[in-house]
Amino acid sequence: MNTIPRAAALAAFALVASLAATQAQAASIKISCGAIGYELELCKSAADAWAKKTGNEVQVVATPADSNERLALYQQILGSQSDKIDIFQIDVVWPGLLGTHLIDLTPYAKGTQSQHFESIVANNTVGGKLVAMPWFTDAGLLYYRKDLLEKYKQPLPATWDDLSKSAKLIQEGERKAGNDRMWGYVWQGRAYEGLSCNALEWLVSFGGGSVVEPSGKISVNNPQAAQALQTAASWVGTISPSAVLNYAEEESRGVFQAGNAVYMRNWPYAWALSQAADSTIKGKVGITVLPKGSGANGRSAAALGGHQLAVSKYSKNPAIAADLVMYMTSAEVQKERAIKGSFNPTMPALYKDPEVLKANPFMGELYGTFASAAARPATVTASHYNQVSNAFWNSAHEVLAGQAKATAALPQLETSLGRTSRGGKWN
Amino acid sequence: MELAVKTESTTAAPAAPKSVVHGGGIARHRSRWAWALLAPMLLLLLVIAGWPLARTLWFSLTDAQLSQLGDWHFIGLDNYLGEYGVLMDAGWWQSVWTTLRFALLSVSIETVLGLGVALLINHPSRLRTGLRAAMLLPWAIPTVVSAKMWSWMLHDQFGILNHYMVALGILHAPLAWTADPKLSLFAIVLVDVWKTTPFMALLTLAALQMVPSDCYEAARVDGVKPLAVFWHITLPLILPGLAVAMIFRMLDALRVFDVIYVMTSNARETKSMSVYVREQLIDFQQVGVGSAAAMLLFFTIAVVTITYAVAMRSRVEKASA
Repeated sequence: MNTIPRAAALAAFALVASLAATQAQAASIKISCGAIGYELELCKSAADAWAKKTGNEVQVVATPADSNERLALYQQILGSQSDKIDIFQIDVVWPGLLGTHLIDLTPYAKGTQSQHFESIVANNTVGGKLVAMPWFTDAGLLYYRKDLLEKYKQPLPATWDDLSKSAKLIQEGERKAGNDRMWGYVWQGRAYEGLSCNALEWLVSFGGGSVVEPSGKISVNNPQAAQALQTAASWVGTISPSAVLNYAEEESRGVFQAGNAVYMRNWPYAWALSQAADSTIKGKVGITVLPKGSGANGRSAAALGGHQLAVSKYSKNPAIAADLVMYMTSAEVQKERAIKGSFNPTMPALYKDPEVLKANPFMGELYGTFASAAARPATVTASHYNQVSNAFWNSAHEVLAGQAKATAALPQLETSLGRTSRGGKWN
Repeated sequence: MELAVKTESTTAAPAAPKSVVHGGGIARHRSRWAWALLAPMLLLLLVIAGWPLARTLWFSLTDAQLSQLGDWHFIGLDNYLGEYGVLMDAGWWQSVWTTLRFALLSVSIETVLGLGVALLINHPSRLRTGLRAAMLLPWAIPTVVSAKMWSWMLHDQFGILNHYMVALGILHAPLAWTADPKLSLFAIVLVDVWKTTPFMALLTLAALQMVPSDCYEAARVDGVKPLAVFWHITLPLILPGLAVAMIFRMLDALRVFDVIYVMTSNARETKSMSVYVREQLIDFQQVGVGSAAAMLLFFTIAVVTITYAVAMRSRVEKASA
């Protein structure tokens, strides 16, 4: 009678002990990935491949698509020193904001960081620490419908005025031909970080500066910037639906990919989706640089975007997490992500890879755009970046919505940025 | 509903011992017992309501940042009145104005609609039980879900609302409900009304069922017209219940957050006080300024509630006198 419970107890003990032992060997790593386009799918498959190779367990945590919401979530998790997430996918403008919560990856990178774009590695280095590894880079691009441009014999637009004219012509023609829902140009006008990227492109393309210059000077109140915003405001309700004021990336892609827009401003990720088997516009899409602004200083500008992978200081297994980061940012995974999801690699060498170029012809043609994209004023404004960006997108949103003229909104923005910086002191 | 229980226990509890405290030995003994029995509840309230409030008040007097919560300096009332304080920020005042507009609009529409629905289903019938359950559905759906659902229904390109309104000839072209600054607050009020009218209807229905039937019988004998019955019998008698329901809704509406955050995010035109507070606290990491704004929100709600409660009490007393 007595031996049976004892045996059972022994067995239970052995089971618990063996479970504890396997747990000590194989760590469970939680990685946060974006969920725009193919992001989540590709993140999962790469993480699973690593898990199979190393015998560890990986849980992929999906995070909000809106970058502001994602940052807020990260700040809450990191602020409470939680180990809920080991690896964070962070935006190119966040290393300065989150750096204090992230570990230095230099010892784990073992020099591989030199394979990546120098400018991104510099961006990810905060106070001498490499707080994040470059994962993919982004730049604002102009998507266009090849078939429609051919049908209406329109050349690629060189300036915003050209774009406006050709968008209007094609929109009217297509509507007459029966597609009531046709629009000329869709972009990201919702009051969020994406609007800051769009608006920065307009400003830079008109020679209107980048809101706050690297020297810390607030430069946004100038005639070129006003002209840039006013030009964009003239699109709302004419060549762009007025709801563009509440569109983020996926909403604008929704309209474009449904075949209801001639032009779209978006990041490279939309390419792979537009070429997917279920896409109504497969084979009808082209990509080029965004148009130039008018005036002597007019140039083509693309906002620098992209994401990095970073390891939380509060992770229980920082070394294992760092190993996963190195795997995810390796040339092998970046190449696969470029081919399957058109995520731009952060390694110059991959831009010469024939397989990458076959899947994404634009990557070779627009290499210069990616290498010289316009950075948002994140480095100079440091911990105030979010306030600066928020004030900027809100002012832009007001002008776009027709609630204020740019010449009235920009002096106000200048005053408000002066308040934020406590009179020009950003740190 | 949770709120109702909480406020009742806080207001009713300390009043009981007070009334007997001047009595003799037995009364004193009983009052001591009452306090002893109340102690756990009071302690719990102190921990779950008092402590966070005190902490927020304390943070509002410092320059704390979210990323380095330990590193703060005491700066007095600078977060309220200083050059960069909340009260000097035009954005704060805009959010106060937006919140008040939202609260007044949504609560008045919900009260009228709720009263109407309650009157409709007040007649005893087999349908009533089923209707009551069906009515509660919008209230039972989490706000985040219903706000997202409505965002899609209000979508300018793919939304069902625009589709049918254009098809029926009510609109010439689809409207950008959540993007057009003239419409976005209205769209948010619409979603809030859809969601909370059932709540108002249920509370009003409960009040309606408390009205003694002999009042109606007397009115019928005297041949009073239905509208007069409503104005002189039904409304005065349900007013106390209706007033409580309106206070709850008002409290909820003043601290509105989720429906706005989901539908229009950070747009300035529809930023409520709670959205402003979150933006300062989380997005901008300014725990000091954010806490100051949170305290101001707390005081605003307290002032509105007290004013409203006092006004309603005197009106109810007048009506019943």
